[in-house]
Amino acid sequence: MLDNIYLLIQAPLLNVQILLDGLFVGSIFALAAYGLALVWGVMNVKNLAQGDFVIMGGYTAWLLSTWGIHPIFGLPIAMVLMFGFGWVVYVVIIRRVIDKDMFTSLLATFGLALVIQQLLNLAFGPEVQVAESHFAINSFFDGLVTVANIKFISLLLAAGLAAMVVGFMKFSRMGQAIRATAQDARAAKVMGIDTDRIYAFTFSLNAAICGAAGALISMIWVIQPFFGIGHSIRSFVVVTAAGLGNLPGVIIAGLSLGGAELYSGFVFGAELQQFSVVALLVIVLAVRQVQQRRHRQAVK
Amino acid sequence: MSIAQQKILLYAVILVLGIGGPLIFPNYTFQISVLWVMILFALTWDILGGQMGYNSLGNIFFFGVGMYTCALVQVGLYTDVSVYTSATGGANLRLTPEEYFIGLGLGAFAGAIVASIFAVIFGWVVFGLRGPYFAIGTLGFTLAAGELVGAWEWVGGGGGIALPVYPGPPDERSLLFNFLCFILAVIAFLTVKWMYAGQFGLAANAIRDDEEKAEAMGIHTLRYKTVGWTIAAFFLGISGAIFGNMVGFIEPLEVAFPTVTFGIFMVVMCLLGGKGTLWGPVVGAALFHIFKEVTWTYMLGWQWVALGALIIILVVFFQQGVMGWLQEKWPSRFGITVDENVVAKKSSEAAQ
Amino acid sequence: MSNLIEVRNVSKSFGGVVANRDISLDVPEGRVTGLIGPNGSGKTTLFNSIVGYHPIDEGSIQFEGQEISDMMVPEIARLGMLRTFQQTRIYSKMDCVKNMLISLPHRTEGYSSMFKPYGAETMEKADRLLEFVGLYSKRHLISGDLSFGQQKLLEFAMALMNEPKVLLLDEPTAGINPTLINGLIDRLRRATTELGITLFVIEHNMPVVMNLADNVYCLANGRLLAHGTPDEVQNDERVINAYLGGHLEMEDH
Repeated sequence: MLDNIYLLIQAPLLNVQILLDGLFVGSIFALAAYGLALVWGVMNVKNLAQGDFVIMGGYTAWLLSTWGIHPIFGLPIAMVLMFGFGWVVYVVIIRRVIDKDMFTSLLATFGLALVIQQLLNLAFGPEVQVAESHFAINSFFDGLVTVANIKFISLLLAAGLAAMVVGFMKFSRMGQAIRATAQDARAAKVMGIDTDRIYAFTFSLNAAICGAAGALISMIWVIQPFFGIGHSIRSFVVVTAAGLGNLPGVIIAGLSLGGAELYSGFVFGAELQQFSVVALLVIVLAVRQVQQRRHRQAVK
Repeated sequence: MSIAQQKILLYAVILVLGIGGPLIFPNYTFQISVLWVMILFALTWDILGGQMGYNSLGNIFFFGVGMYTCALVQVGLYTDVSVYTSATGGANLRLTPEEYFIGLGLGAFAGAIVASIFAVIFGWVVFGLRGPYFAIGTLGFTLAAGELVGAWEWVGGGGGIALPVYPGPPDERSLLFNFLCFILAVIAFLTVKWMYAGQFGLAANAIRDDEEKAEAMGIHTLRYKTVGWTIAAFFLGISGAIFGNMVGFIEPLEVAFPTVTFGIFMVVMCLLGGKGTLWGPVVGAALFHIFKEVTWTYMLGWQWVALGALIIILVVFFQQGVMGWLQEKWPSRFGITVDENVVAKKSSEAAQ
Repeated sequence: MSNLIEVRNVSKSFGGVVANRDISLDVPEGRVTGLIGPNGSGKTTLFNSIVGYHPIDEGSIQFEGQEISDMMVPEIARLGMLRTFQQTRIYSKMDCVKNMLISLPHRTEGYSSMFKPYGAETMEKADRLLEFVGLYSKRHLISGDLSFGQQKLLEFAMALMNEPKVLLLDEPTAGINPTLINGLIDRLRRATTELGITLFVIEHNMPVVMNLADNVYCLANGRLLAHGTPDEVQNDERVINAYLGGHLEMEDH
């Protein structure tokens, strides 16, 4: 461990490499977390299957890439398919738990997460997969820092997608209806908004966002059937740290999480990388508690 | 037959099954032992989850803590732990019966105490969290613990530890552990029954129904939550110690901190039987365990999919569980008085 | 006669909206103090500041000489200051007797009493207080099935069970059948005279306040407008303007 820290000081360019990689994966964490915050804020559903949606999107892109379709084109296909899947999940499960207490939605989506990860495992096996983009890899500083082109493209795609979703929420009729429902579902209903359709759309939109995030993850990182829970926890960490309805917060928290995770993975070794995500969750929750206590409140 | 007589009969049947079960079905001794552990899981989960509305996804943490603490005490009493865990094969520790039982007793005791201490410390950290944050926070603790232990070479890391070999014939061993599991489940049941009968039960229900009101009335909410969790942790710690010795070999992710198996089973069993009732967890654990043992081996990898689907179905369609359903059907049998006007109003509303 | 609650120069704002500005008031022991004011004048905010629901921006709040403005809700409640809610809050899945039993005072309670069953004396006290508010015949019903007014009475009985030194009531007569209001006023008075509980009451219904309170404070737009006996406040020009002025303006437009 100390050796690794020593290495970071000896070769400062390594920091650049880690930070850059953290930025690239962090942008995707932020994207998935934005989807979680959307569903949480609008319909008060805490989706523990968030990460599994991401992994599903990843497998879609990967599967298409094995059939010769480039993962960049696989991304929109994954989004469309996941949108449809989200709609089905909403109609079959979420609609029935939406007005129950919060643990119901948490547990129902946990059950869904189990089903998804096990089905993926049965279908594709437990091996780690990557959707190859076959793009060039750029070297900087005499090869000390390397960045694959696909990572730049992924960052741009993530930013572009986020901008599109935000624009959609701000300017489209549907987006306005979603925001109205989030503020006061009953009032929205009285004003003639079909809240059930809004919820269905919001949940499906989140699934599509996850699909995109998953396709990006499959290109620049790795996917595996059981990695879903890790992504779910990452999304919760980001949303908890940023708070609901705080877009800049989500972006900053997502990027920081990416950086923090890769740093701790480097310093403590890869086997504790997952641990560092969970440890961050616990730290974020503890900090939130101290903050809330100052407001004489609990974290809820 | 009066209600009191029915109760006595029920207890008698359970007692006969508990003691006689492994003698009548010697091939299933292990499964019967696991059933008692499952009942204990469900009972202790329900203290917070069902009675207080604090749905923990991480109670299995205490099970793992008890298991590892016990194992370390058992090994550490007689040899150097790091030498023992680094040795290939590991199980070169031959103990006399006296040494073995002293180690087991002290280990189980230490496991319970250490788990309880962890409950107090973690309670202090997580009980400011409500609802989803509590569930996810506890889940986080457990996942973290499993990974941390897996990376801790001194206790065997991901490879795990073999426990000292039982100094006697295998049949005697399995009977003994079966009996310990049974006794422990019975004590756990009597303990929670006693807890729910007094102020604790009402305070817990008050916290579940409206915690803000409970706080506004001055109820020591943090104290009740911590005590409830600590008692759960105490029993889970001992059960972990016994379970570890029963299977003979422990490792962090599958045996000691199995979040997605035992950790989730606890919740599912309580949902199935009926959260927040005394007998619900017992009924749910029995039903779930029997269902699982009968079907698990025939499902060829699909069992996990089935488990996930079962969770969804339970949550969506059968929230009240078996006992909750019975209570709704025959409220007077459970000592609930119902206002006829309200019933009439509700049924006419339903008719519309 | 001493003051149980002393509020000094308390200000509280939410975002840019000032809900309470520089408010000072006293709640004397053994009396009924009223708090009136038009909608949105900051009455409930002041209550919430006192019982600990949110931090205050400035000022101090003392209970029996002890600073409580940085304590948490249950700690303050255990000092002997209770509140009822505008939207009645009871444990709706329990029957009335259980609602009463769980409201026993928790001030001096130790760890050992956690697991004790309830004694006959406690049961009898619960029954007596249910009788006092007129819910004895409904005592074994699930409290969520009661009517709104009955739930309000139950909440009041639960508060009495807790033996508070001071009870903060947020609109005790709102939503209660007008024919029952006089009975309720009588019970509130008896709570002070017979049980020695100091009351601090937010009330919209003017006749109720004038009937019940010994002292009245009037808030408007987050500021303290007037203070005195019910008669003085009732005839205060500014109070009349605050209430009627709002109405007149509305009618003009």
